[in-house]
Amino acid sequence: MRTTPKWLFPVLALLPVLALYGCIRVYPIIETLRLSLFQWNIISRRKPFVGFANFVELSSDPLFLEAIFNTTIIAFSVVAITIPVALALAALINTRQGLRRSGVYEASVFLPHVVSLVPAAMAWKWIFDARLGPLNALIGMFGIPAQSWLFDPVLSLVCLIVLCSWQAIGYAVLIFLVGLKNVPEALYEAARLDGASSLQAFRYIAVPLLKPVMLYVSVITLISSYNIYAQAFVLASDVQGAPGHLVRVLVLDMLENSFRNYRVGYAAAEAVVLLVIVLILTGAQFRLFRDRSRA
Amino acid sequence: MSEHEREHPSVVGQSGAVGLAIDVVLGAVSLMMLLPLVFLISNAFKTPPELLAWPPTVIPHQPTLDNIISVLSETPLFRWIGNSLIFATLSTASIVSTSAIAGYVLGKFDLPGIPVIFGIIIATAVVPFEVYMIPLYLNVQSAGLLNTWPGLLVGYLIMSFGIFLVRQYVMTSIPDELLEAARVDGAGELWIFLRIVLPLMRGPLGALAVLAFFQAWTAFAWPLVVMTNKDTYTLEVGLALFQTGFTVDTGRLSAAAALALVPSALFFSLMRRNFVRGVAASGLKE
Repeated sequence: MRTTPKWLFPVLALLPVLALYGCIRVYPIIETLRLSLFQWNIISRRKPFVGFANFVELSSDPLFLEAIFNTTIIAFSVVAITIPVALALAALINTRQGLRRSGVYEASVFLPHVVSLVPAAMAWKWIFDARLGPLNALIGMFGIPAQSWLFDPVLSLVCLIVLCSWQAIGYAVLIFLVGLKNVPEALYEAARLDGASSLQAFRYIAVPLLKPVMLYVSVITLISSYNIYAQAFVLASDVQGAPGHLVRVLVLDMLENSFRNYRVGYAAAEAVVLLVIVLILTGAQFRLFRDRSRA
Repeated sequence: MSEHEREHPSVVGQSGAVGLAIDVVLGAVSLMMLLPLVFLISNAFKTPPELLAWPPTVIPHQPTLDNIISVLSETPLFRWIGNSLIFATLSTASIVSTSAIAGYVLGKFDLPGIPVIFGIIIATAVVPFEVYMIPLYLNVQSAGLLNTWPGLLVGYLIMSFGIFLVRQYVMTSIPDELLEAARVDGAGELWIFLRIVLPLMRGPLGALAVLAFFQAWTAFAWPLVVMTNKDTYTLEVGLALFQTGFTVDTGRLSAAAALALVPSALFFSLMRRNFVRGVAASGLKE
């Protein structure tokens, strides 16, 4: 009875989505790669091809190097804090599974991950505030002199790490909890019969089984930390009338080059560097996964 | 609670002293995680002298609405909330519908080229938005779409992960026989998609919708560069710019931030189940 050809529906259904996908995803990605090889300042009609000159310049640009250094420190510190803390929390919450309060724990830990970034960053900004913030008052009780958290180049980095870890922990806990629920019950039973304590059972059964999940969460957290911007924007902007220490992160440097210095090609080269970092991290993850499943 | 199978058998020593210790630790951690947000909300209702008090009070002694009133008269905060709502809703609608149709076709139809298309979608999925936002911005600019809804939305119309999620679901959970039976009965393809497939995808689409909404609601860099009029700011951008320039007063800053926090916290508590499912699914796509 059907007269329409079989391929008509899928083609008609897919075409608009693919067209959209091409225009707003594939094309801009290719354009970033292309622009990174040109020198272009938006306004000028001249757009000379410069090969890898942008990348060469980046390699000795102090602002860019500072940005990539800061971002790397932040990303790895956030992972170093988030993964162990989240694993411990997930293990503890998992022992309360089925009790009403476990839902409360889960929600409290997860909430910082889902509330809007800017108000959350503003809450921390007050905590870190040099004159009014409770953090200085708190450490003052232990005889530690007040610190200007958001003005000092090192401490402001610490503040960003704390803020980003606070946001990242909820996500990691959630994924670890899913992983822990998937650990076969029989393994725990066997361990218990062999006289293992629950701590030992966790250490020698759950943790090895969770390794791929831990790896995955580490990579996701690293990648998202390499992309931070809003947090740095909020923490560094005017504190009590005076600007705080600007923590130069990669995205911030890129946007500044593009929208303040109008160096689009140069900014595109930075975007390519960001892409390469993300690809390396993703590749490393796949590689480790494969090795694991082969072993 | 219904999904939990009462007691997890792996639970050891959850009664008595060990259990109590665990509850104390988890209780303390939960409190610490929430404390910054609690202080933020509490500061919104404090008078200037109380804001300086040490230790900071959790419940204001003389709660005042002055901060909130002055913020609302100084900034178009409700307008920003409205902008964010419209933006997030439109973005969600677009992501859910494009993912549903593309995921279904990619999962259930055998056309030459489909593996290639799917490969491209997966390959571009790992590219962060920040990498391609400059060319996207230039396109929006040359199309004259800066400070317009379409310009803002362009960045958030599709989600690779959404297409992926739907495709996986369709392949594993919707039997071919069901579709074949409908075809034998003479049903058109569009009818099958709308009447049979779509209702079956409610679960994953619900999770996807929450993720998409959250993604748009917390978007920052893109709305910051595309929407540059005070009246077209989204909530996140408006708030971030408000706190850079307009005021140095903690009470009013907290009031603005607390008001901005309400929609996202409310949304999270209403959608918690979907949210957790969506985030968990996005985490375990391997």
